[in-house]
Amino acid sequence: MTRVWRNAAPVLTVLMVIIAIWYLGAVRMNATWERDQAARASEELTTSQMITRTLTQDRPILPAPHQVAVGLYDGIAGQAITSRRSLVWHAWVTLSATLAGFAIGAGAGILLAVGIVHSRSMDQSVMPWAVASQTVPILAIAPMVIVVFASAGITGLLPKAIIAAWLSFFPVLVGMVKGLRTPDAMQLDQMKSWSASDNQQFWRLRLPSSLPYLFTSLKVAIAAALVGTIVGELPAGATAGLGARLLSGSYYGQTVQIWSALFAAALLAAGLVAIVGIIEKATLRRMGLAR
Amino acid sequence: MDDTVIKAQGVGLTFQTADGPIHALKDVDLDIDRGEFVSFIGPSGCGKTTFLRSIAALETVTAGQISVNGMTPDQARKARAYGYVFQAPGLYPWRTIRGNISLPLEIMGFSREERAKRIAHVLELVELENFGGKYPWQLSGGMQQRASIARALAFDADILLMDEPFGALDEIVRDRLNEALLTLWAKTQKTIGFVTHSIPEAVYLSTKIVVMSPRPGRITRVIQSTLPRERPLEIRDTPEFIALAHEVREGLREGHSYD
Repeated sequence: MTRVWRNAAPVLTVLMVIIAIWYLGAVRMNATWERDQAARASEELTTSQMITRTLTQDRPILPAPHQVAVGLYDGIAGQAITSRRSLVWHAWVTLSATLAGFAIGAGAGILLAVGIVHSRSMDQSVMPWAVASQTVPILAIAPMVIVVFASAGITGLLPKAIIAAWLSFFPVLVGMVKGLRTPDAMQLDQMKSWSASDNQQFWRLRLPSSLPYLFTSLKVAIAAALVGTIVGELPAGATAGLGARLLSGSYYGQTVQIWSALFAAALLAAGLVAIVGIIEKATLRRMGLAR
Repeated sequence: MDDTVIKAQGVGLTFQTADGPIHALKDVDLDIDRGEFVSFIGPSGCGKTTFLRSIAALETVTAGQISVNGMTPDQARKARAYGYVFQAPGLYPWRTIRGNISLPLEIMGFSREERAKRIAHVLELVELENFGGKYPWQLSGGMQQRASIARALAFDADILLMDEPFGALDEIVRDRLNEALLTLWAKTQKTIGFVTHSIPEAVYLSTKIVVMSPRPGRITRVIQSTLPRERPLEIRDTPEFIALAHEVREGLREGHSYD
């Protein structure tokens, strides 16, 4: 028990500090509006009244942690999951596009990496473009992708998945190129001494050697895919998904809704990264590559 | 059939570098007969490893020619004429010892039963019968190198080329492995090329010791061993052994007097 506590203590301390600062910030930022209201009604607010009111506003500038917690709980457990007000439903919409985008992105990243490692001309031609693709702000690309697809009659999951793939292929590409190049000169000579074909060298040596790098980059990629999906849900007035929830929250000044959606997205990202992490651990342990 | 399995005539190898050409090997002539145990010894940069790699077609010579079993090194490699043991065991951590030995056999297309048979045979040769199912990290460094020798033996090439295989091991383990290697050599009748920088190791193991020297890499002396094939470790204390070691040392010094 003491050991659990010793491990948890630093995390909990930081959490407490953050929550305390958050409450202070909420009181301070929401005070202006309360003061205006009080002046209009010509009343004097005591400190305790001020604190109570700033922390219970309907549309606070900064909602208090307990308001977000209630909003989050209500969104997850308080609604039927098929309801449009359910965060579970919105999260599912986002998750499905994220997973589709992640699959496309990871697949493209791996294939490009294989090409780059095997062909010098691909190494020189693809890599600069891959780097360039990541320097373009995703916020600028996303609406164009949505519009182009919509004009072709394609809406919904696919355009969002493409934007997610745009962000997630890059870490996989870089990690995989590095991974496929880890076998050293001796291991390659060894393969050569057995007259192994390129194919045999790839499947038996390069690919297994690259897996630790692949998993590291997959963790980055799946989080990036989620960001890409949410960005893809912002333009063109999407009505479903955590991104849409963020957007409609900001239209109507529903800050509690924005923060709830934000936390839902963070939880989703943490969950996805954790799942990849578990698969990574299991695979690498089985392969004797666990670090 | 001729009894010379490896024949080098006027072999030269020049690397072109930014600082000008480097003569890794120059005018190397050498015959290695079937069943011989030939050690290459010399200071670093003398081309001993380069020469071994040239025999294995891992380097391409720029002058003269090498023939292995009457073929070019490249053809010989494709005909599986040799097994090569590198400085490090280079076992794949995701494969068991059995799986590692199976690797070249899979690449060469042996059937499943044939693989199992050969793996059992070579594991016995290197005395690792009970370790086939273990992973490399579960074995000591010496055992790992034995597994890597087993892997090189698995496809039953006539020639075994070894590039400082015991260089990274401590002396006690090294002695035992040297002894085991001689037993293995006697049992399998293979022709062995062995690179080392240890004089006692070279004298203890070899029937022929090739002393090399650097800049340019060349052979300065070829010493035919007078020791019997049957060699207990104690042979290293005999006057005959010490005389041979002295001769090797002289050969090495001779090479350096060119500096």
